[in-house]
Amino acid sequence: MAEIKNYNINFGPQHPAAHGVLRLVLEMDGEVIERADPHIGLLHRGTEKLIEHKTYVQSIGYFDRLDYSSPQCQEHAFALATEKLLGIGVPARGQAIRVLYAEIGRLLNHLMNISAFAMDVGAMTPMLWSFEHREKLMVFCERACGARMHMHYFRPGGVAMDVQQELLDDIYAWCPSFLDILDDTETLLTENRIFKQRTVNIGVIDAEQCQDWGFTGANLRASGVAWDLRKSQPYDGYEKYDFQIPVGKNGDCYDRYLIRMLEMRESIKIIRQVIDNMPIGPAKSIDHKVTPPSRTDMKHSMEALIHHFKLYTEGFKVPAGETYTAVEAPKGEFGVYLISDGSNKPYRCKIRAPGFASLQATEFISKGHMLADIVANIGSVDVVFGEVDR
Amino acid sequence: MDQALKELGKYVQDTLGDAVTGTTMRLGELSIEINRDDVLKIIKFLRDDVNCQFLTLLDVCGVDYPEDDERFEIVYHMLSMTHNNRIRIKLRTDEDTPVASVTSLFSSANWWEREIWDLFGVAFIDHPDLRRILTDYGFEGHPLRKDFPLTGYVEVRYDDAQKRIVYEPVKLTQEFRSFDFLSPWEGVQRMLPGDEKAEDATKEVAK
Repeated sequence: MAEIKNYNINFGPQHPAAHGVLRLVLEMDGEVIERADPHIGLLHRGTEKLIEHKTYVQSIGYFDRLDYSSPQCQEHAFALATEKLLGIGVPARGQAIRVLYAEIGRLLNHLMNISAFAMDVGAMTPMLWSFEHREKLMVFCERACGARMHMHYFRPGGVAMDVQQELLDDIYAWCPSFLDILDDTETLLTENRIFKQRTVNIGVIDAEQCQDWGFTGANLRASGVAWDLRKSQPYDGYEKYDFQIPVGKNGDCYDRYLIRMLEMRESIKIIRQVIDNMPIGPAKSIDHKVTPPSRTDMKHSMEALIHHFKLYTEGFKVPAGETYTAVEAPKGEFGVYLISDGSNKPYRCKIRAPGFASLQATEFISKGHMLADIVANIGSVDVVFGEVDR
Repeated sequence: MDQALKELGKYVQDTLGDAVTGTTMRLGELSIEINRDDVLKIIKFLRDDVNCQFLTLLDVCGVDYPEDDERFEIVYHMLSMTHNNRIRIKLRTDEDTPVASVTSLFSSANWWEREIWDLFGVAFIDHPDLRRILTDYGFEGHPLRKDFPLTGYVEVRYDDAQKRIVYEPVKLTQEFRSFDFLSPWEGVQRMLPGDEKAEDATKEVAK
């Protein structure tokens, strides 16, 4: 009998199911995966090094470009970390707008993830439907700040500019149509025989293993751990809103899909509550040592003009100190470890990307599965290479 | 919550004794400084002790303070979902001294330690697979060190004659501009260049 040898496959970095630029070196025993070695870093842009050379407000732009499917939540983490070091608060309206756009970010991310995941395992239609709604959400982003994807909207002290009431009304009016599309997507996928064959009991990870591998967010909740930073360590007034945390049972690809579908419904609940209870008042802190003054003020106030000039050349100085601040990003806990030396630039800014931990476990959850399953696994743990490679 | 963290810091300090060299509580965050050699013992204690239960290692990262003797600080962030609190563990090392790897306690530490090796050049003992992770294949240097220039040393381009990517020393058409933002009334020293000679001269006269 001929000797059977394991052979290696190079998966990616240009593979459409690699969700960007993942290169996986797979050692196969026939059709079964023996070892998976992800090679990451093909999208490494030195974000952390660049941030050390930029002022705090200039750094926000880099956070948009980490996880480019939900830029809002990353800006949120950085804005909160900077505020903590500065010791400033955010007006109630600013907080509410941030929560609104953070939830829009969550919808953007889950729409992208679920539809791409469905396409990886063979379903084409959800992609077409969800991108239509992603487009609508991006228009809401554009109407708030002028940018569709990379918003640069959450600033230390609030948001860049206030939103109009018409925009809030339009978002509110859009919610029911979105719930319809969620129902339609569920009829396509949730009880679909092929979809279930490809996902149920694939890539199972239990709660203990999740903690060992540093899983957070939807991946962790799919394994039955009820942990969500919006509930357990609420920020920006999340404690005021009524929403549920869906928790899974089996920790497989199918549960991770279900959790994301349910989370989108909860996000819509939050969005409706935010708009119903939108406070009036300023959308950003009135401390003009941190936030820029309005254009009208600049026309007749010398002090406002000086503040504006100083903020956009020198930036503000942040008292020396360090903080680790985390938010519940759609992919899991997104943390920023920010060290300030008292100057106008961060001394060190470490970005804790949830995708980094999830991708690391690829080998663990894929071992012993078939080659086709690794595509389902990568799709279901929700990684985007902008944040993994930084 | 602050009070609970303070008590936790005291508890850790009392139980572990000399291994913990200091605890600080700032901005509602607890951080402890530890001896480099005790890292495994301490992380294991924080994970397994019933009053701590930091079951998730969220992040391991490096910080560079080039002016210090032990210039690198390795920072571990841990989260306890049972007690809903966080802790930060810090230790110091230099270029030549490796740190014990915590991969045996937390699988997630694997890539984070690889990242520190890649970006700072701090090695880890007993790490199963200490390769570079984020930088290019064949990259030289450790880019997050403060003495590594922002632009790096090499740039790449596709060479049409050789039909492949080539590496060349980096050429900047415009010098990298680093502005000094110190305001004249905050940063400038009173002494003008050359003033020190005047002082020397007065001393000479006094003699």
